[in-house]
Amino acid sequence: MHLPTAHELSEQLNRGETTSVKLTQQYLEKIERTEPRLHSFITVLGHEALAAAEASDRRRAYELPKSPFDGVPVAVKDNMITKGTKTTCASRILDNFVPPYNGTVVQKLQDAGMIVIGKANLDEFAMGSSTENSAFGRSNNPWNTDLVPGGSSGGSATCVAGGQVPWSLGSDTGGSIRQPAALCGIVGMKPTYGRVSRYGLVAFASSLDQIGPMTLDVEDTAHLLKMISGYDTKDSTSANLPVPDYAEEMRKGSLRGKKVARPKEFFTGEGMDAGVARVVDAAVEKLASLGAEIVDVSMPHLKYSISCYYLVATAECSSNLARYDGAQYGYRTEGAKNIVEMFSKSRAEGFGAEVKRRIMMGTHALSAGYYDAYYSKALKIRTLLKQDYDAALKQADLIVAPTSPIPAFPAGAKADPMSMYLCDIFTLSLNLAGYCGISLPAGFTANEGLPVGVQLFAGAFEEVKLLQASYEFEKALGVVGSRLPAVVG
Amino acid sequence: MDFEIVIGFEVHTELKTKTKVWCACANEFGGPPNSHVCPVCLGMPGSLPVLNREAFTLALKTALALQCDVPRITTFDRKNYYYPDLPKNYQISQNDKFLGTGGYLEIDLGEAGHKKIRIHNIHLEEDAGKNIHPEDKNVTYSLVDLNRAGVPLLEIVTQPDIRSKEEAAAFMTQMRNFLQYLDVSDCKMQEGSLRFELNMSLRPKGSDAFGQKVEVKNLNSMSVVLKCIDAEFDRQSDMLRNGERVMSETRLWDEVKNETRAMRSKERANDYRYFPDPDLVDVDITPEIRAAAQATIPELPLARRRRFEEQYGLPAYDASVLTASFTTANYFEKAVESHPSPKGISNWIMTEGLAWLNKQPEDTTIDDFPVKSAAIAELVKLIDTGAITGKIAKQVFPIMLETGKSPAVIVEEKGLKPVDDSALGPIIDEVLADPRNEKTIADLRGGKAAAMGALMGAVMKRSGGKANPATVTPLIRKKLGLE
Repeated sequence: MHLPTAHELSEQLNRGETTSVKLTQQYLEKIERTEPRLHSFITVLGHEALAAAEASDRRRAYELPKSPFDGVPVAVKDNMITKGTKTTCASRILDNFVPPYNGTVVQKLQDAGMIVIGKANLDEFAMGSSTENSAFGRSNNPWNTDLVPGGSSGGSATCVAGGQVPWSLGSDTGGSIRQPAALCGIVGMKPTYGRVSRYGLVAFASSLDQIGPMTLDVEDTAHLLKMISGYDTKDSTSANLPVPDYAEEMRKGSLRGKKVARPKEFFTGEGMDAGVARVVDAAVEKLASLGAEIVDVSMPHLKYSISCYYLVATAECSSNLARYDGAQYGYRTEGAKNIVEMFSKSRAEGFGAEVKRRIMMGTHALSAGYYDAYYSKALKIRTLLKQDYDAALKQADLIVAPTSPIPAFPAGAKADPMSMYLCDIFTLSLNLAGYCGISLPAGFTANEGLPVGVQLFAGAFEEVKLLQASYEFEKALGVVGSRLPAVVG
Repeated sequence: MDFEIVIGFEVHTELKTKTKVWCACANEFGGPPNSHVCPVCLGMPGSLPVLNREAFTLALKTALALQCDVPRITTFDRKNYYYPDLPKNYQISQNDKFLGTGGYLEIDLGEAGHKKIRIHNIHLEEDAGKNIHPEDKNVTYSLVDLNRAGVPLLEIVTQPDIRSKEEAAAFMTQMRNFLQYLDVSDCKMQEGSLRFELNMSLRPKGSDAFGQKVEVKNLNSMSVVLKCIDAEFDRQSDMLRNGERVMSETRLWDEVKNETRAMRSKERANDYRYFPDPDLVDVDITPEIRAAAQATIPELPLARRRRFEEQYGLPAYDASVLTASFTTANYFEKAVESHPSPKGISNWIMTEGLAWLNKQPEDTTIDDFPVKSAAIAELVKLIDTGAITGKIAKQVFPIMLETGKSPAVIVEEKGLKPVDDSALGPIIDEVLADPRNEKTIADLRGGKAAAMGALMGAVMKRSGGKANPATVTPLIRKKLGLE
């Protein structure tokens, strides 16, 4: 028995074997049953979801579905703006914030008739790799609830891996989709920067943030990617390029004869869990056995990616998060004597420790006298990193990399911020380059039986190429659907 | 010790666009508080700015008209500071790749000639909202109106090229006029669509070095700027004479006390932490975009002034006065269109129109003049055709101003039509028979031409000003047998 994928549910709905109301009820029941152990959600939309499901069933009764996925439930990370439904970013500072508008991606889901069933938990403002930074408590890994699910899109990963919803959306600024996907044994994709509109995604680091699918298999990723992609006049950084039928195109490729770059800097073994390394190495061998040519390359600037990322991302966040001051919306401190006190106390009381740490780092990096040494230098490194990617992708069609150096870890194990930042060592350089990447379930650690992910990267707007390889790779790996987690709805 | 004034201006002008600079909200002055707002200009989480093409084109047009160097690529930066009228707590502005640098505004200083006021840079940014502090002392809150937040604002920063209050006055009126000619802004200082921030320092006369400058904000009219220059001159020169150091700081004009007061010290480093706004993309000013903006630049004041002299045969003085205001020049041309008597119309505008205007608040233009261009044209036409005399016209005008009625109607209603020539005979006879005029008549007969004026005056008086001088003169001569 495996968890039903969204494309399977879509077929059942299209054949009239089930209804959206039935599906929605089933998933709401699963959520009710497992939520105490998983804590995937900040908000579950029971009544709203059922009302939307009824409307979907009426459309299908008239044979007027909005899309093949009309009536299929979905969860979105709680940093995506939902009109009339509170959007907290897992922060105390927004715990009462009910937006008056819909983000573009959420609107696209609704326009396809999909049922938004919940707002998934995350690290506060998507800053973290474990969901431990959520102001509303962490989510738990369905494979072992003593362990974290990764982050920041941890809730979006646990709800899919734990069978609470067929698929979800996360956001990825430095690995926030791919790392929790790997730690929870699901597929997670970060599209090319500009592929998916950021309008309505609460900004962490604007030049890095990108929304992407978190699904049980590659086919679902292809379907969901198509649904959320496309040019948006409300986002100046969105790309005005046509959106291919990814699920259709996905089946047309072959890994045979493709060159896959293996950057030596990703495979030094340093800081790498031995069990994870074995699974990743086996996955690379599997690529070769499918006829891909593994090309050893060097990307010399990868060693600067954490420093570079934590300057660029924090600088942007220090400005992006300035608006949370208690004046217009969100948390406001009581009894402040003047405006300065209102601002500073609201922020001091409303933000958690990691968010404050990053705001301070970013403020420092942009300050007069430090700008050239930090922010400006980070931008130069970013250019060099991108050139490394370009050079590797000139020699090869794709790049292969581990997703996370370690499997899911116990809560509290990474109390030192630097050790937490190292969780994203294999993921965050891709955001700095802006290209697309995916984490696929590659297997399980031999000792703990915990999921391990492997990444493939491709160049700008080469999602078709990435999905073609992933689709074939996934079948060969044979991991998807092979085991069920300990907690499953 | 004598001091010389050194002034540079930061000119902020709200661009006249249909919508705001990053969103589709209406760019309109007024309206109930927070009625022209959306998630973008409210700075809601998740919202993103998208550059308004119209705003960019108007800004580019201004940069080109001021002869600025316009780069191929221009970018936007974030200026980070906390203020309740700034919803994102950063202002999207330009700090690196400005829309324009260099350039100048050439100002006319009358007898002192012309002077180029150089421009340091010109850039496009967003306006902030307004904080409203209730007057009731018991109220412990303030309110914020964000209707103005996100209105496109063009900032023109000049070099410190201005050396006197007179030059400052000329710069301000002529910059306003220039922007009105370009049709990029309403330029209403009372509504805040044009604001001058003053950067002023003093130095000993004859010195080349710059003194420590002070920035003054909250100057909501040109006369206030001029008052402020006097006040700052006194304050700074007193300090310098007493051996004190002028502080680098931002000061606010206090309307009640007629003096500036310290707002914040610049020496406590106000660090705006500018960095490129990652939500906006580079703007590529292609040769096509540049040419299209260039093509929208209309005739500018100097060119229009020359044209007024040539096309309408106006004296240089008239042409310069009329073109010193975009609206006045338009008013003149409209009037001339309906009655082609340029000098006559110019006289009426320069005397009556501008006299009225001088008594109005600064933002008033000739468009607000109760006497419209068509009415002025009609009045001049009545004079030119002899339908009324110039003297009658002087009586008609105040009624036009007061009632807005057309001059023909007023003439009709008040019975101000010239005296019929047949009725003139008896009036002239009476005047000639008046013993008080005997000497004057003798003078006239004796060849003293000026005596005719006195007789004419007497006829006019007797006719209540309604006699047509052109008819009166030959009649008198005829009756006295001087033909």
